[in-house]
Amino acid sequence: MAEVEETLKRLQNQKGVQGIIVVNTEGIPIKSTMDNSTTTQYANLMHNFILKARNTVRETDPQGQLQILRICSKKNEIMVAPDKDYFLIVIQNPTE
Amino acid sequence: MVVTCSHPEIFPVVLTTKTQEIFNCRINEDMTDEQPYKLLKKEDIIEDLHNRAAVSDFHPLRKIVREYPGEELLLVYDKEFKYGLNFYLIGTEEGKENYFKITYMITRKRSEFGAPIKFSDHNASSVKDTYIECTAYPDKNFTVKQLEKDVGMQVVPKINTISTQTKWTYPKNASTQYCPREFSEEERETLGQSKSLTDFLNNVSVSVEIALQQNEIMNTFIDDWKNLAEEEGTFGDKSDTHLKEYQSFTDLHNLTEKTITCVSWHPTIYGLIAVSVAVRLSFEERIHFSGKLLLQPSLILFWSFSDPIHPQLMLESPDDIFCFKFCPTDPNIIAGGCINGQIVMWDITAHASRIENIKTGSSRSKKVTLKPMFLLEPGSNKEVMYIRHCAVSSIENGHKKVITDIHWLSDTFEINRMGSVYENRSEICCQLVTCSADCTICFWDIRPQKALTPQQTEKKKEENIEIPYDIPSTFLHLDLSWKPLAKIRLSKGDTSLDHCPTKISLSEEHLLYRTQEKAVAQSKATKVGEMNPYHNLEAGLANPFKPIEDFCTKFFVGTEEGEVIYTDWKMERDPDTGRLMTKKPVNLYTVHDGAVHTIQRSPFYKDIILTIGGWNLAIWKEGVMIGPLLQSCCAPKRYTSGHWSLTRPGVFYIGREDGYIDIWDLLEKTHEPAQSQNICITMITYIKPWILSAKQQFIAIADYYGTLHILEIPWTLSHPSSNEIASVNHYFEREVKHLEYVEHRKKIREQEKEQMELEIEKEKIKTYQKSKEQIEAELKMDYENYLELEKTVLVNLGLIKVSEKVSHIDI
Repeated sequence: MAEVEETLKRLQNQKGVQGIIVVNTEGIPIKSTMDNSTTTQYANLMHNFILKARNTVRETDPQGQLQILRICSKKNEIMVAPDKDYFLIVIQNPTE
Repeated sequence: MVVTCSHPEIFPVVLTTKTQEIFNCRINEDMTDEQPYKLLKKEDIIEDLHNRAAVSDFHPLRKIVREYPGEELLLVYDKEFKYGLNFYLIGTEEGKENYFKITYMITRKRSEFGAPIKFSDHNASSVKDTYIECTAYPDKNFTVKQLEKDVGMQVVPKINTISTQTKWTYPKNASTQYCPREFSEEERETLGQSKSLTDFLNNVSVSVEIALQQNEIMNTFIDDWKNLAEEEGTFGDKSDTHLKEYQSFTDLHNLTEKTITCVSWHPTIYGLIAVSVAVRLSFEERIHFSGKLLLQPSLILFWSFSDPIHPQLMLESPDDIFCFKFCPTDPNIIAGGCINGQIVMWDITAHASRIENIKTGSSRSKKVTLKPMFLLEPGSNKEVMYIRHCAVSSIENGHKKVITDIHWLSDTFEINRMGSVYENRSEICCQLVTCSADCTICFWDIRPQKALTPQQTEKKKEENIEIPYDIPSTFLHLDLSWKPLAKIRLSKGDTSLDHCPTKISLSEEHLLYRTQEKAVAQSKATKVGEMNPYHNLEAGLANPFKPIEDFCTKFFVGTEEGEVIYTDWKMERDPDTGRLMTKKPVNLYTVHDGAVHTIQRSPFYKDIILTIGGWNLAIWKEGVMIGPLLQSCCAPKRYTSGHWSLTRPGVFYIGREDGYIDIWDLLEKTHEPAQSQNICITMITYIKPWILSAKQQFIAIADYYGTLHILEIPWTLSHPSSNEIASVNHYFEREVKHLEYVEHRKKIREQEKEQMELEIEKEKIKTYQKSKEQIEAELKMDYENYLELEKTVLVNLGLIKVSEKVSHIDI
């Protein structure tokens, strides 16, 4: 739908965003703005990490919910927003 | 009973006891059971017959005995009287033999004949006498006792050979092929369109956007503390900002007053600096003293740090050199521009070894004692090498006046007659560009020209000049016949006066500062054993390659009138005459009050140019046509030379005519120099800084009286701060923006001015359109106002009494 595209475009136009991937709960990418190999790589690598983080939050507090997961590295930052059925992965290169 | 039978040779005989005794065949004594026979000699029997005649027992057998062939007869004792008598004699030899034969009679059962034979094993030792043994015995005759034995001994460690059987596990290649799970296109489409995805994105995008913006706003991971500090590890006192005097060189041998016109550090050898000297005379004086000047050689001197009194090399030239440059790809080639308009080339490859070993102190004797000047002759203290030039350019075809600037073109490109740029395949610098006071800029090629016409070769033969044997023949093809490749005339359009260029700056040149390491590497490569490319120059003009299209062929020229010209070297064909014409300059700026003596690109920024001339300086950015980024105000003293600093992007040095050096730091002050230091008493003619090592930087300052001062640049002036390049870049960008803003404002001002004028025009028109009555009414109103005003003024002055005024009104 156009709405989906529009939202993705809006996110992409933020400063420094390198790529956006939408994956389902199994880690299979659905939509992506990057090339296939990078998409697959990120999806596979992040999948376990996301599940682990979500479990951690839920086990420490049964009512807890993982809202956002951010991995800051020297070169860029990977942000994951989880949901019931999908995960949204955004890679940003903060200027500086 | 006599048995006469099958044995005819048997002759029985009776032997009496007497006969037995004679023949020793007594019964039971000589004739036993075991040996019942005796061999009798025939002679004895015959003798017996003789002796006893008829009495002998052998009488009946006398005939047989006599006829017996052999010598011995066999007498057998017949115990059983088988043949009738107790003895018998065998009469034949055969019989004798037969007697000794043992005959066996073998009987066998009939039934056993032809029957199958059964063999069975028998142990040989169990049955007696079934075998005959021939036992071996040591024969004493054949035993040899060994008395000496040669034995070799070897010590060997005890070796134990053990083996075990193991189970061999061998590596096997195993691989798993896997690929990531992916959705097919249709699945992706369906999922992409699903509502759940839209909802998800809507929910999630909010928080993600917040997170993204957070990152933009601030970088939480900066270590502020670390960024605050400047780089540590300063060398030397930080507060020391003065240039320290290191050494100075003066040529004490030559008696005439000389000035230094150009200075150049040797690109590869540490501590070697070359200086061109010229006589300090004006043009008229030169003509006046021309006879005397001819006798003195014009020189380029090579000074080394190790010897401040004697120059290492002296290069001779036909006339005073005003500018010279080392070839960037081969530091043994030097090109110089002469005062008479010729280019002079030197090749010092043969003497390269001399000057290289300066630092280590080679076999030259160091005579430090300086003799008084009047006793000096060249070559007395030590052998001074005068090296003659190896080529000069053609006098008729070259420049007509002094060459003011000379540059080697970069070894990455070359140009042809039209000014088009080609790729230079030969990896050496082979082209030069010169500018001269005769208002031309010439491009020269040092490679031999192809295909001379026969006329020219004839001419050449006439001009065969003997060349001294010790001059290298590198540039023999150029000597006296060298013509420029292309000539550009800087004309001012219609007037006959042309621009007189003093210095030029090409865009590719800043590489020269950085190629120190490259030049060292290249010179080392040629030393290894390859042929020096300069000794095998091939003709290179017939370039089959296509010209490089988007090469920037524009360059800056400074003139004697103080103008900075930005022009193009590419020639174009004039549509009318068909001749090659130089293009018109792109831009011309009149900025300086005197001749421009320095045009230099910054070593850090390719498009920032410093121009110095007269009493001020200017900094330009290539491409910004509005004007200079920075133009200083007039200085109290004239600027006579200048140079960018090689390591600090915002620093440059300017020499003044009173012997002071102004050090400008753009990050500190932009309206005046940051520092001023006195170097000498006279005008500074040339400044050249140089990086000798990571910690040492020197600056060579030449003055008008011919002394070369070498000063050391302190740490603060040579070491840039951590973000200096960015800051200076920022400064230049700001200045560009400032210029653009000024331009913009100018335009706006003009617009405003136009508008204002329009309005005034409109106003004027409006006044004309008013009708006559209106004008009258207005005038009347004005007049009445004026009357009122007059009254009040007079009342205030006391000239009219108020009562009077009142009575007036009553009436």
